[in-house]
Amino acid sequence: MGSKRKMFITGGIIGIVAAILMKFGNPGNMGMCIACFWRDIAGALGLHRAAVVQYIRPEIIGIIFGAFIISYLTGDFKVRGGSSPLIRFVFGFFLMIGALVFLGCPLRMIIRLANGDLNALVGLVGYVFGIFIGVQFLKKGYSLGKNYEQSKVAGFFFPIFALVLLIFLVVRPAFILFSTEGPGSMGAPVILSLALGAVVGVCLQRSRICTAGGFRDLILIKDSHFLWGILGIFVFTLIGNLILNFNKFNLGFIEQPIAHNDFLFNFLGMTLVGLCSVLLGGCPIRQTILASQGDTDAGITVIGLIVGAAFAHNFGLAASGTGVPVNGKIAVIIGIVFVLFVAYGIVLGNNKKVSKDAKGVSANV
Amino acid sequence: MSKIIDARGRSCPEPVIMTKNALDTENEGIKVLVDTNVAVENITRFAEGKGYKVEVTENSDDYEINIIR
Repeated sequence: MGSKRKMFITGGIIGIVAAILMKFGNPGNMGMCIACFWRDIAGALGLHRAAVVQYIRPEIIGIIFGAFIISYLTGDFKVRGGSSPLIRFVFGFFLMIGALVFLGCPLRMIIRLANGDLNALVGLVGYVFGIFIGVQFLKKGYSLGKNYEQSKVAGFFFPIFALVLLIFLVVRPAFILFSTEGPGSMGAPVILSLALGAVVGVCLQRSRICTAGGFRDLILIKDSHFLWGILGIFVFTLIGNLILNFNKFNLGFIEQPIAHNDFLFNFLGMTLVGLCSVLLGGCPIRQTILASQGDTDAGITVIGLIVGAAFAHNFGLAASGTGVPVNGKIAVIIGIVFVLFVAYGIVLGNNKKVSKDAKGVSANV
Repeated sequence: MSKIIDARGRSCPEPVIMTKNALDTENEGIKVLVDTNVAVENITRFAEGKGYKVEVTENSDDYEINIIR
């Protein structure tokens, strides 16, 4: 089977899963959303107090288990880290702010688009724009530096975290918060979410699909390999929705579920997401997969996502169906400026180092 | 003797960028060292797409990718 067809079909499986999970109770156009799901988990753990978005999303647990087990069996599980963890944390943090102003990770953006939400098209243009800017930094020598082999124990943190979350989900102790209304109260049956999450985890781990990588490679090396995966997600979510959720299909900008139509901030929110994703080497879902297969740098990034989600709700930055709060707009602009500034600083530093190395030790005084 | 690019410890997409940059000047071929399957796949796909021949040798904890015209 050709590699592009394989990508398209793998993406297709993820798309069908998204349509099924929406059919069986997930919030509108939220069959899969890594940003929303981590945000709900942050809420369930009490890290923020937005009562409508608190739930231990079983999909995340499934994704982590799926990616962990398959990577262990195939030899992809490798424990590495130490490549600029603090910068990764901060980029993950701002990525989440951008995603919660747009209302969705890049995966949900594609899923929203596949159900007719044209605000996601505005988001997509912003996302590709952010990726384009990020690629310019890559071309100029941007790098977060080498990673190193780490103790194997560290690679088990994420699967253990997922296991703890699963226990919380089943036991439902009093200190774990579950929404009684709003998106957080809506979800497909736990077993179904877990199982389909695991399917997605396996597909993503094996295919290495990354929503940022698809556009990045097209711009950077003219390679459409991963883009076929994204196309597969779109096409099969669309087909799945037309079969399973036909009455919910709604083409247009208004009255879209858990979305707003502030064009500028749909665009800028996703610009921030695209920029951060390229600079991190992967979108939120790719980071979650990597974290599950022993990449502790991706692990720190995911923790940045979780903390970002907590701040987004504690500081009133996150958007809702009614629009983007002023604080959220300011945070996105600060985020873009800050991330550009950091990336520029990294490029400057790296290039200085390269020219120093080229001059040799004798000139290096 | 072809030029050796050490992309071990580099995360996606750096190994591919390093390969691309090296091939821009060393168009007869290079040798790239990486330590993840993903980097092997990405570099192989990239180099083969450019019309190069690619041979991968697996060592104990890294991979040697020979890219030849």
